Amino acid sequence: MSNTLYERIGGEPAVNAAVELFYRKVLNDHRINRFFENADMDKQIAKQKAFFTMAFGGPNSYTGQDMRNAHAGLVKVGLNEDHFNAVMEHLGATLTELNVPGDLIAEAAAIAESTRKDVLGK
Amino acid sequence: MTTLTIDQNKYVCQTGESVLDALLRENVNLAFACKKGTCHSCMIRSTNVTPPQSAQSGLKNTLINQNYFLACQCYPEQDMHLKLPDQSDFYRMGTVVTNELLNRNTILLIIAFEDAFEFNAGQFVNLQRSDGLTRSYSIANVPQQSNTLEFHIRRLPGGKFSEWLHDEVSVGDSIAVSEPGGHCFYLPERHEQGILLVGTGTGLAPLAGILTDALAQGHTGPIHLFHGSREVEDLYRINEMHQLAEQHPNFNYTPCLSGTKIPDGFVMGRVNDIVFSQFTDLKGWRVFLCGHPDMVNQMKKQAFLKGAAIADIYADAFLVAQH
Ligand SMILES: Cc1cc2nc3c(=O)[nH]c(=O)nc-3n(C[C@H](O)[C@H](O)[C@H](O)COP(=O)(O)OP(=O)(O)OC[C@H]3O[C@@H](n4cnc5c(N)ncnc54)[C@H](O)[C@@H]3O)c2cc1C
Ligand code: HEM
Repeated sequence: MSNTLYERIGGEPAVNAAVELFYRKVLNDHRINRFFENADMDKQIAKQKAFFTMAFGGPNSYTGQDMRNAHAGLVKVGLNEDHFNAVMEHLGATLTELNVPGDLIAEAAAIAESTRKDVLGK
Repeated sequence: MTTLTIDQNKYVCQTGESVLDALLRENVNLAFACKKGTCHSCMIRSTNVTPPQSAQSGLKNTLINQNYFLACQCYPEQDMHLKLPDQSDFYRMGTVVTNELLNRNTILLIIAFEDAFEFNAGQFVNLQRSDGLTRSYSIANVPQQSNTLEFHIRRLPGGKFSEWLHDEVSVGDSIAVSEPGGHCFYLPERHEQGILLVGTGTGLAPLAGILTDALAQGHTGPIHLFHGSREVEDLYRINEMHQLAEQHPNFNYTPCLSGTKIPDGFVMGRVNDIVFSQFTDLKGWRVFLCGHPDMVNQMKKQAFLKGAAIADIYADAFLVAQH
């Protein structure tokens, strides 16, 4: 299939639907919600959209260095493997809830997983 | 190839070039970040044509309705006139026709204009004093035949602008008023949807406008208004709201007091707590939050966690300038 994962999952509307579910899960998860306690919810949501667009392999120009920079402040305050795993968990659960087929979920998870070193600043 | 006009200036947008790239190439100063349509930093407004749909994807309905769009996602199909966010506002003069107390610390200020003033109930304007001091205030009425705007203004002790309005401005004075802004207003769609209105203090002003508008446009779903303050003397329009609730079976009014003296007919506690003791599920609701920034920011998150969709949460935090 020549279509990108982003298109096959459903593009921007799929990203919007995923952000709604995902952000609720994250804010309710005591393990990681402190990282998302930024007072400005609209800004946070814009970042979540960037996260999903990227995980779906959609149009974005983030480099590994950008991922390092974006999360460097969080690493300083303790971001670790467990937190990363929690985010992966919510990513999978969100896509399952949206009835995304398993093989596409696996593709998205692989893209997110590939950023682990950069996100954690290793 | 299309032409972009900002004020008196004209810029060329090449075929295949986004509005953002064209303006940056022309050295127009415009904020941007992701260039992918996610961060919304480069949101601007078209004043003459409806922007291409793809440039409005992901924006709130009330922004789409006012022809806001993302410059980085916009490949113009026709010539466009643009308004940038920091472009100096157009002010016009109005005349104060009413300045009277609504309660011990809030005035009702009514300003009249010669010509029609277009706005959506719930939007705000900037008022400007002749020395340039400027503050934002929400419009509390719906567009009137008489071309008047109504404001509720609370006295902030030591506050420069609010004390001036309270103590020195009187009927007959003229005052400069900007174009309306903000996207916290009612759109006549999904008439059966539940609407939750929550305000503290003069946060009632935009909510009163939104409420009047929704009722006038025949909204049929339940509408719940919660108005909070510390003491009963800081609430206002209590009788009017009770009356409105009697006239409209789908409208419900709850005055809330966070202080210790709670007369009959008032609910004790902070508005957030009271709202969420009564609403456990906001799935499908449209939510409007106005007033104290802490209340607004907290409730935004809580309303979202209780199931309200991001696109259905409209908020105006009455930020006070820090200096
Ligand atoms: C979108 C928007 C809509 C608004 N709508 C309304 C409205 O409808 N009605 C209304 O009355 N106001 C409204 N406001 C607030 C209004 O714009 C002014 O901020 C307010 O009137 C105070 O201005 P001021 O010049 O009197 O005070 P300033 O001279 O600006 O004094 C503010 C000073 O007081 C301090 N301060 C901050 N909070 C407090 C506090 N709670 N008590 C004491 N001091 C404090 C600040 O640090 C600051 O130094 C709105 C604000 C926004 C952004
Ligand atoms: C799973 C792989 C991850 C990917 C692909 C990813 C991707 C992104 C992207 C694209 C941004 C936006 C950057 C910007 O434009 O500013 C971002 C920001 C952010 N991420 Fe991640 N992220 C990942 C993991 C995590 C984890 C594990 C956490 C914390 C538990 C986290 C917390 C955040 C926060 C809080 C921000 C916003 C930072 C700010 O406010 O500037 N991310 N992420």
